[in-house]
Amino acid sequence: MMTAELTKAIAPGAPALTERVLVIVPAYNEAESLPALLSSLRSEAPFADVLVVNDGSRDATAEVAAAVPGISVVTLPCNLGIGGAVQTGFKFAARRRYDVALQVDGDGQHKPAEIRALVAPILAGRADMTIGSRFLSVQSFRSSFLRRIGIRLFSLVNSWLIGQTISDNTSGFRAYSRKAIEFLSIHYPSDYPEPETVVLLARNGFRLEEVPVEMQDRQGGASSITPWRSVYYMVKVLLAIGMGAVRDPIVKGVGR
Amino acid sequence: MGIRIQIVAILGSLGLLGFVFKLLQRRRLKEEYSILWLAIGVGFLLISTFRPALETFAQTLGIYYAPAALFLALILGAYLLLMHFSLVFSKLAQKNVELAQEVGLLRLELDTLRRQIPDPSSNP
Repeated sequence: MMTAELTKAIAPGAPALTERVLVIVPAYNEAESLPALLSSLRSEAPFADVLVVNDGSRDATAEVAAAVPGISVVTLPCNLGIGGAVQTGFKFAARRRYDVALQVDGDGQHKPAEIRALVAPILAGRADMTIGSRFLSVQSFRSSFLRRIGIRLFSLVNSWLIGQTISDNTSGFRAYSRKAIEFLSIHYPSDYPEPETVVLLARNGFRLEEVPVEMQDRQGGASSITPWRSVYYMVKVLLAIGMGAVRDPIVKGVGR
Repeated sequence: MGIRIQIVAILGSLGLLGFVFKLLQRRRLKEEYSILWLAIGVGFLLISTFRPALETFAQTLGIYYAPAALFLALILGAYLLLMHFSLVFSKLAQKNVELAQEVGLLRLELDTLRRQIPDPSSNP
């Protein structure tokens, strides 16, 4: 673990940290885009261990990932969807007692170079989850009309529910503290977990922080979200968020 | 209520009860999932056997044609069962996810261990 290097990058002059960092890469049929992502993870974030969760892919995702030295690969026997795949990573991280876990999507839209910025608030003990947000910097983010509406809606609803502005609720580029890892290894939403997790964590007393990031277009493969699916996605997620808001917190002693 | 519909209803509920009983006897149906079926079968048998019970039930609900109350009872019973199934499916889906995750994690552990220990059977 090259934590000394990480410490220098985040807080120059600070004593060497011994935090262990795990990058969780959920991958479903991402054989095309994985090699580039994995090699850039190795070079841009050498301090982090990498776990690829192959979510029942039908292509060579598992072989491609296993071919890169020093990378762990979990192959799920069937496709669980992004929620189940990422939760597998949380379970791995919780059992091996990692201090920080990050989610970096297998399609290559998240830049490994920004991992340092994303984990900094967690290492500083300021936050339990950081979200890499596309909307905090000036860069314009091109997206379909439906998606923009959804993103706007989630931001309004979530910010209102938790009393903290979260601009990018659908971003999958996130980092979590040990406490959040242990919690999410048991309670992680299924299907489209990102917006729901914001409410779930905030309502259970975890601290959230957004970090401005840039995202790239997909490096290969096809996105799983089609127009019809985005409508279903919005309805399902809004329902889940609403239910999350009326449920009692799971962590005892946390008020509204 | 016509005598024919009454006979059909009684035979139908007896048939249902007998079928559920047979499935239980052959262990093809778990007891915990049979209780709702048995309760609905018995309830339906009661209201189809005792006409006054059905008439009272129909009158209370303001249904003029008593056999219609029989259908209502049947539909309510069916909805109850469907809801029960949805609950069971949700529970099963959750357990399935946990099992799949566990299988994936265990396979990784196994592969890691295998790489550390040379396999004696692989010697030519």
